[in-house]
Amino acid sequence: MTFKEIQHRAVTEWENWQKSKKPRILVGTATCGRAAGALSILDVINESLRKLRIKATVTEVGCIGLCYAEPMVDIIKPGKPRISYGGLTPENIQQLLEDYLINDNPRPDLALGYFGEDIVGGIPAFFDMPVLKPQVRIVLRNCGSIDPKNINHYVANGGYSGLQKALSVKPEDVIEELKKSGLRGRGGAGFPTWMKWNFCRNAPGKEKYIICNADEGDPGAFMNRSLLEGDPHSVLEGMVIGAYTIGANNAYIYCRAEYPLALERLGIAIRQMEEYGFIGNNIMGSGFDLHIKIKEGAGAFVCGEETSLIASIEGKRGMPRPRPPFPAIAGLWGKPTNINNVETWADVALIMQRGGEWYSQYGNEKSKGTKTFALVGKVERTGLVEVPLGIKLREIIYNVGGGILNGRKFKAVQTGGPSGGCLPASLLDSPVDYESLAAAGSIMGSGGMIVMDEDTCVVDMTRYFLTFTQTESCGKCVPCRVGTRHMLMILQRITRGEGEPGDIELLQRLATTVKSGSLCGLGQTAPNPVLTTIRYFRKEYEDHIHKKKCPALVCKELISFYVDPKKCRGCGICFRNCPVEAISGSKKMIHVIDQKKCIKCGTCFNVCPRRFSAVVKVSGKKMRVPRKPVPVGTQTVARKHT
Amino acid sequence: MSTAPDMKTKSITLTIDDQQVAVETGSSVLEAAHAAGIYIPTLCNHPTLPSYGGCRMCLVEIENMRGFPPACTTPVQDKMVIRTNTQQLQELRRNILEMLLTEHPHTCLVCERKQQCQPYHTCIRKVAVTTGCTMCAQNGICELQRVVDYIGLKEVSLPYTYRKLGILRDSPFFDRDYNLCILCGRCVRVCQDIRGAGAIAFTYRGPKALVGTAFDYTLQESGCQFCGACVDVCPTGALVERAVKWTGIPDSTVRTTCPYCGVGCQISLHIKNSRIMNSVPFVNSISNKGQLCVKGRFGIAEVVHHPERLTAPLVKRDGKFVETSWDEALNFVAEKFQVFKGNRFALISSAKITNEENYLAQKFARAVMGTNNIDHASRSCHAPSLVGLEKAFGIGAMTNSIDEISGAACIFVIGSNTTSGHPVLSLEIREAVNKGAKLIVADPREVKVAQWADIWLRHVPGSDVALLMGMMRIITEESLADMSFVEERCEHFHEFRESLKDFTLDFAEKVTGVQKDKIKKAARLFASQKPATVIYGMGITQQSHGTDNVLALANLAMLTGNIGKPFTGVSPLRAQNNNQGACDMGALPDVYTDYQRVDNPDVQKKFEAAWDVRLSSAPGMTLPEIMNAAHSGEIKSLYLIGENPVISQAHAGSVTDAVRKLEFLVVQDIFLTESAKLAHVVLPAASFAEKDGTFTNTERRIQRVRKAIEPVGNSRPDCRILSSIAGRMGAKGFDFSHPSDIMQEIAGLTPSYHGISYNLLEKISPQWPCTDETGEGTPMLHRDYFVRGKGRFTPLSYKPPAELPDETYPLMLTIGSSLYHHQTGTMTRKVSGLNFLHPGNVVEINPADARKLKIKDGDHVTVISRRGRVTAMARVTDSCLAGLVYMDFHFAESAANILTNRALDPLSKTPELKICAVRVEKGHGG
Repeated sequence: MTFKEIQHRAVTEWENWQKSKKPRILVGTATCGRAAGALSILDVINESLRKLRIKATVTEVGCIGLCYAEPMVDIIKPGKPRISYGGLTPENIQQLLEDYLINDNPRPDLALGYFGEDIVGGIPAFFDMPVLKPQVRIVLRNCGSIDPKNINHYVANGGYSGLQKALSVKPEDVIEELKKSGLRGRGGAGFPTWMKWNFCRNAPGKEKYIICNADEGDPGAFMNRSLLEGDPHSVLEGMVIGAYTIGANNAYIYCRAEYPLALERLGIAIRQMEEYGFIGNNIMGSGFDLHIKIKEGAGAFVCGEETSLIASIEGKRGMPRPRPPFPAIAGLWGKPTNINNVETWADVALIMQRGGEWYSQYGNEKSKGTKTFALVGKVERTGLVEVPLGIKLREIIYNVGGGILNGRKFKAVQTGGPSGGCLPASLLDSPVDYESLAAAGSIMGSGGMIVMDEDTCVVDMTRYFLTFTQTESCGKCVPCRVGTRHMLMILQRITRGEGEPGDIELLQRLATTVKSGSLCGLGQTAPNPVLTTIRYFRKEYEDHIHKKKCPALVCKELISFYVDPKKCRGCGICFRNCPVEAISGSKKMIHVIDQKKCIKCGTCFNVCPRRFSAVVKVSGKKMRVPRKPVPVGTQTVARKHT
Repeated sequence: MSTAPDMKTKSITLTIDDQQVAVETGSSVLEAAHAAGIYIPTLCNHPTLPSYGGCRMCLVEIENMRGFPPACTTPVQDKMVIRTNTQQLQELRRNILEMLLTEHPHTCLVCERKQQCQPYHTCIRKVAVTTGCTMCAQNGICELQRVVDYIGLKEVSLPYTYRKLGILRDSPFFDRDYNLCILCGRCVRVCQDIRGAGAIAFTYRGPKALVGTAFDYTLQESGCQFCGACVDVCPTGALVERAVKWTGIPDSTVRTTCPYCGVGCQISLHIKNSRIMNSVPFVNSISNKGQLCVKGRFGIAEVVHHPERLTAPLVKRDGKFVETSWDEALNFVAEKFQVFKGNRFALISSAKITNEENYLAQKFARAVMGTNNIDHASRSCHAPSLVGLEKAFGIGAMTNSIDEISGAACIFVIGSNTTSGHPVLSLEIREAVNKGAKLIVADPREVKVAQWADIWLRHVPGSDVALLMGMMRIITEESLADMSFVEERCEHFHEFRESLKDFTLDFAEKVTGVQKDKIKKAARLFASQKPATVIYGMGITQQSHGTDNVLALANLAMLTGNIGKPFTGVSPLRAQNNNQGACDMGALPDVYTDYQRVDNPDVQKKFEAAWDVRLSSAPGMTLPEIMNAAHSGEIKSLYLIGENPVISQAHAGSVTDAVRKLEFLVVQDIFLTESAKLAHVVLPAASFAEKDGTFTNTERRIQRVRKAIEPVGNSRPDCRILSSIAGRMGAKGFDFSHPSDIMQEIAGLTPSYHGISYNLLEKISPQWPCTDETGEGTPMLHRDYFVRGKGRFTPLSYKPPAELPDETYPLMLTIGSSLYHHQTGTMTRKVSGLNFLHPGNVVEINPADARKLKIKDGDHVTVISRRGRVTAMARVTDSCLAGLVYMDFHFAESAANILTNRALDPLSKTPELKICAVRVEKGHGG
């Protein structure tokens, strides 16, 4: 089959699907959807359709990115626009099907938005929703809309035309196109992709390799997973283009084993590519051969670092090695190797499909195109977002994310995962691009974005990130192995209220040593949370150390619970619920918490009826309370006693 | 490390700390600095290991490079400007070192009162006995100390964490105290990258990261070879040899040559209080590149100082040995030898003693005793190589050098359990494989090299000719032969090609049991990957047609043009330290030194003139012939020097009978061997550590043996004993004041040792032939033309082994050697640690055969041949081919050679030790 024939077949299938006489139901069953219960929704849909005797096509699709609205289902009635529904439950889905498919009530109360031109009453247009308005979804264009297990869906949407174009020109022209696009590595370092490819392409050696780095290990990051689950072909197309350009005949996808669904869908996609001759020997009749293998990683964070990743593929312990030589000269099995992140490969396919110039319309001067982020933490709308580079942090957090959860105040945002930096409110208006983030002491990283509100203690948060990086240190180089442990020990002390004067300076000294002395990116960036939090939230450290105070009321050892004698009505709820019998008192007596017995579990704080709100949480200060329970209403007398 | 003409050719210049330095491309910044005499501290870097970049001590500043690149991994570039010692760097290093020392007990490193500290001095700072100040297990030899001193760290302000790990004592030779480990990874790298053992690795991650075995197995379970390379590279006291723990630094160090196998590893003996403390690899050695095996590393001091060493001459009176004075013993021997002069006497010399002593031994036999009946143990191992390679190439020795192996593109190992027999040489194979070379192994057993191989040909013992000729037929048929080499450099190709006709693939498959496809693949691979080299051991030679096997290999090398070029050649691996030298020195019945034939009148005249005696032109008897003659009463008196034929010879039972029949047997050895027990007089010899001399290793390299201690007890060097006997018999020409004088005589009479002198050997260790005074030597033979002129192809036909399995003896027995023991175990079985690791003989048997015989792993079984029976423990294993059983031959109590066949190779008179028919019975047998 020629590519034209394949395209024709794919478009026919796609159009038949689009114009189907039967209603079509798309269920988002990527991992995020499944976590929210998409599989039981799917079961209920199938059962309901049987019960209601509705003949409909049910298709499992990838994640459209609105995590907050999962599980999501899209329904397309013949001749009607596609309507997206979110926050469904097994209870209301059957009713929805009955209402819409039988009674023609599109249920605006459950709908998120509609796609296309025809307006549906009471339902907003999908892409006009505030969460999507600032976004530019080009890499994620197919996610949630096509069947990721069907190559024809991808081909029908322009898929593999980029490959066809690449194979019809010289490798130099592909590199030229990339240069035009301004694409920079989406793994986080932001090295110009065309330049990286050129190094590897020009490296001496017959045998070369390309690798797709799908070892997404940052806590809270899931951009690569969603892309692989929702649109695996876009990544694979990019890889074939890259292999052709660089002159590699073998490729590896290094994907963590914790992504079983992504691995399964990649496997299916590769088999389909083989059937169509998009990989294997003589791809599309060009004489170019490529074989792709999937290598499952065993969950070591450091294997996201390219030299560790290579060692891991070679069957060695995942440990980095110093560069030079760079992988472009001596990588996998000592041969020239080019490694790119999942998103970079997908961008490549897109650029070859639509042109470098088209791609470069997005973004700002130095950072072109779009970037996906996993927006998580204390925002109203968490999810996978894709925005043009150069957008302001504020726009992502407030417009896309809908602001801080429960109307709390924004405190900080951590970009770049555990090795990124923690940025304060004063930087909310700085643009999200490689240079600006680096200047602020953070990194772009692969796209983790964790938003924190005022209830987050930055010292505690830094301690958490250090716990992660130091347990994930491979142990090879001294600064990373030992230095992160010392930093963690100090942070632990500080959060326990055992901080000492000079700890901040010691942390800075250790952090600087680890940053400049470590071998690989893990160690070089592990101190970033420490350095940025000291830079932007020094006072909070000082409060912990000098005043033994946790302003966010998070660090257990630094907080105390008191019963406010003015507010306590002696109801006894706190008294009954205290797990360690630290509260004394009885009916109509003001309760008193024995600070020595109290384990600061917060039960009393949580159970005290809201109308009283008598239990208070404080840090860095003592409250004057009666020593022993006194009758309600005698607090003035009590005060005299104390 | 290989001599490959790699990238290290172009010279470039750079600036280090304002100093101009010229180095070769491919060097690291660290190497460049060291070459210029600039010290950069490092802990993880080691000259024998690939660079690592883990300790971060060698960080430097390089103009136009970001951050602080490590000097050890950063390659030099032209016009680089490097600073190694800025304030910022020192600060960074100090901080990193301080971090490191929070994981390593360091009172010993930073204590300001260290200089005044006394042993056993109690001090509040001392952490524990192993971590204290002057009680350092490593005797203060600590690389960490040097770095601490350089950086000038005075105190560690960060909190210290003691790992609280127990000391691991699962090795018989060294302790592992990972409380002192700094995770530099040297041990892991040497174990994995250099030794290919992979017994230890990094375990866990983050702060728990540590060196250890998989699943905390013991070292033995994890595949440790106990080579001690990890101990040698450890920069701290984490890995310490138990024998030298707390003994303090040695009084002196003597460089000498290892007395075990033929690789000729250079070792350093550490001496304290006139005793050898231990033996460690000599770092800058050519033949062993700073590596040793378990025997050389841990099996020397205990042997030399073993309480069972013979310390006084013994004379047998009324069936019992009585200690006598040297005078008495020597007079008695001289007197008796006078009686047995002529062909009733035979001398069996030794591949363990020096060249000088072998020279004297053959001179004694020929000039004093008037007989050419002199031979030595090479007869039972590599005599077919001498005969075969001489016939094909003109000289019977390894054609190329050991360090060329790692540069080959294809290696063919046949009949050699290299990792056991020649462990250090096998590292070259490992290195080649690591670098991407193809490896073909032909062996009926799954020896370790077979596990590394691209193609493993599991051929039936004795079918080597069929296998090799089958391969060569493919090579000629598919026009893969190097015909220009064949036509230009060789002769008799046509006759050889005719003889290939019989070796169709079907025939080869039938005889060898190897699938046709595999034979084809191996043939194509060997012929297409160049340069290719052939390595073989006694699996090839100890057969009744051993010479044919050798000739087949010679044919293969010539056919593919793999001879006379770098990284090619045919390499017989000599079993003992001085097999090669003993042959070179003429401890053979038909030749004087340098293979000058006794029946050549010119040669005879030359030696008669030199020695001032009449010499016999009739070649003497070979070792098996001597034993037969002793049996028949033709030989009356035998002088055994360092040889134990009742264990080492085929059909050992009949050898024992023959020895018992002798009228006068003198045994000269360092221990009372099984053969010595049968002697009339036993003369106590000094060990290799107690004398000067030379050994010639398997690659023809002449290396010094240096006296490290005085002879133990009343023992004497063999040359002194020989001289004394000769003197008492009135012979002239034996009064040498020092072995160097003997070498002077050798050099005069031996063309290939021309120019060799001890002065020269202090500077270099050349490979013979040494044709001029410079002693340059000849690392590669047959470069432009073969020693015999043209390479000679030999047509061959297939001959089955002399004894094949039948109904009564349905299994085939083959023998070999273990990593942990050497030859008849005279030395290694004195080492408690080696006995611990390999306590006794086992019979390897295939599960299929074991099932038939109802034998389970660990059962006692009796192996019976037509010649005798031995009992040992069964090890049921797939590594043994079905129909085959395997035994080691080191163990006197279950001596495999009681079973073996004495059928001789007609040309070399080497017995078929490797193949005989046996029956296996469960239990101890009746």
